[in-house]
Amino acid sequence: MSENLFRTIIMKPIDNVALALQDIPAGTQIEVTFSKEESTMITIKEAITFGHKFAVRQITKGTEIKKYGEVIGKALRDIGEGEHVHVHNLEGTRGRGDKVGTD
Amino acid sequence: MFTILKEQEGEVTKLVQIEEGKFLGYRRPDGKVGVRNHVLILPTITCATQTAKQITELVHGTVSFIHQHGCAQVGIDYEQTFRTYVGMGKNPNVYGVVVLGLGCETHQAKSVAEEIAKSGKPVVTVSIQDHGGTLSSIAEGAKAATKLVQEASAQMKEWCDFSELIIGTECGGSDACSGLSANPAVGAVSDMIVENGGTSILAETTELIGAEHLLANRAKNDKVAKRVYEVITAMENRSIHMGVDIRTGNPSPGNIEGGLSSLEEKSLGAANKAGKSPLNEIINYAEEPNEKGLVWMDTPGHDIEQLTGMVAGGAQVVLFTSGRGTPTGSPIAPVIKISTNTGMFERMSENMDLNAGTIIEGKETVEEVGKRIFDEIGLVSSGKLTKAEILKQHDFGIWRIGPTF
Repeated sequence: MSENLFRTIIMKPIDNVALALQDIPAGTQIEVTFSKEESTMITIKEAITFGHKFAVRQITKGTEIKKYGEVIGKALRDIGEGEHVHVHNLEGTRGRGDKVGTD
Repeated sequence: MFTILKEQEGEVTKLVQIEEGKFLGYRRPDGKVGVRNHVLILPTITCATQTAKQITELVHGTVSFIHQHGCAQVGIDYEQTFRTYVGMGKNPNVYGVVVLGLGCETHQAKSVAEEIAKSGKPVVTVSIQDHGGTLSSIAEGAKAATKLVQEASAQMKEWCDFSELIIGTECGGSDACSGLSANPAVGAVSDMIVENGGTSILAETTELIGAEHLLANRAKNDKVAKRVYEVITAMENRSIHMGVDIRTGNPSPGNIEGGLSSLEEKSLGAANKAGKSPLNEIINYAEEPNEKGLVWMDTPGHDIEQLTGMVAGGAQVVLFTSGRGTPTGSPIAPVIKISTNTGMFERMSENMDLNAGTIIEGKETVEEVGKRIFDEIGLVSSGKLTKAEILKQHDFGIWRIGPTF
């Protein structure tokens, strides 16, 4: 399958997620470009809808998830390359009144 | 340069063009400039809103809004509501005001009217209890409004400069494209407004949580930088004191469906609206900016509450980006709504004014869309109606910061 069929974007080279600019079916092989020098082929593990994110590197549970080169949350579990990254496996770290007294 | 008017000169139709960074506005007694010439029927208490609405049905050229505020409020919450009413009346888009009260409420119509009158614009007060009930108050208010509307209609527009504009910026119903297309485009416009000597308001403190360091780094001085962290901490603490995950309310279910996973992610996209200009000031809700350039108004992320705050702070035009789509508008300020993606722009064309989705498709750059929005501000400020104005979307809501007693 051609890597040019589906458009995606990585905001900053240090990011570990990319954004799908159109719906991408599971199993699609995609070339992800970090910078002029660095790009990689990854396999999309599950269907990614327009506007949603997928991991472009292995993300270990508890580590920071980065988009725009900035922290957007932490991984709730290990996330494999090509997996959908969203509220089921990413948690925000700000405004967490529910966490007060639980840490 | 763009065309807005036609002039007949003999047999030839001559096109008159307006210069970039200029618009045709209404000069007010206090020297400020309006882009609209409304007569506002301003109910200072929820009990007077229906009467106010009746007056707008009778008298062409009047606007009003429904709300539930104005009584049994105390302290800073009282002051914030009072300031918002006064700000709505003083906004330069308003020619004159009929302030409508009940009579026994905490937010006295007379006090609001006195503050608005300091701007030099005509203000009339009508009190339902003093005028013997609903019907006679409608008649009194309508008579006063009729006179104001005719005066307003005789006022000539004059050439004004973008340096006299306060532009409010806002995003609502965001999706993952917001941070890629419409918000950066609005950021480019914000920088253009600042370069032209005008004022751009960044708001929605909640949706800057996680991006505050980027703004603090651009603060004009240490005092402003310190204030960035103060307002962010105060907003974040509100959710912490309630013992809830802020994500239960923001990002909203629609944001999450659109692909936004956390408040930080939404904030980093939202902060793009502020462009690259230095941050000159942080002002309180519904307060008028003291500085030109980029200023931050401390408001919640709630669309209508922040819109109301910015308009009460004197914004004549508001830029509103949306990924999910929204009908939002103000009774007195044109709201230019900008879609983050082409699909929604086409689905909700009756509500959306401009499309920034072309950036996602690679058809236009952020700067090109920014220029289109900038030109639209000139047209709208000179009289072109926005979709929200045409559909009479007269939203109003005050950020309450205390309980009702």
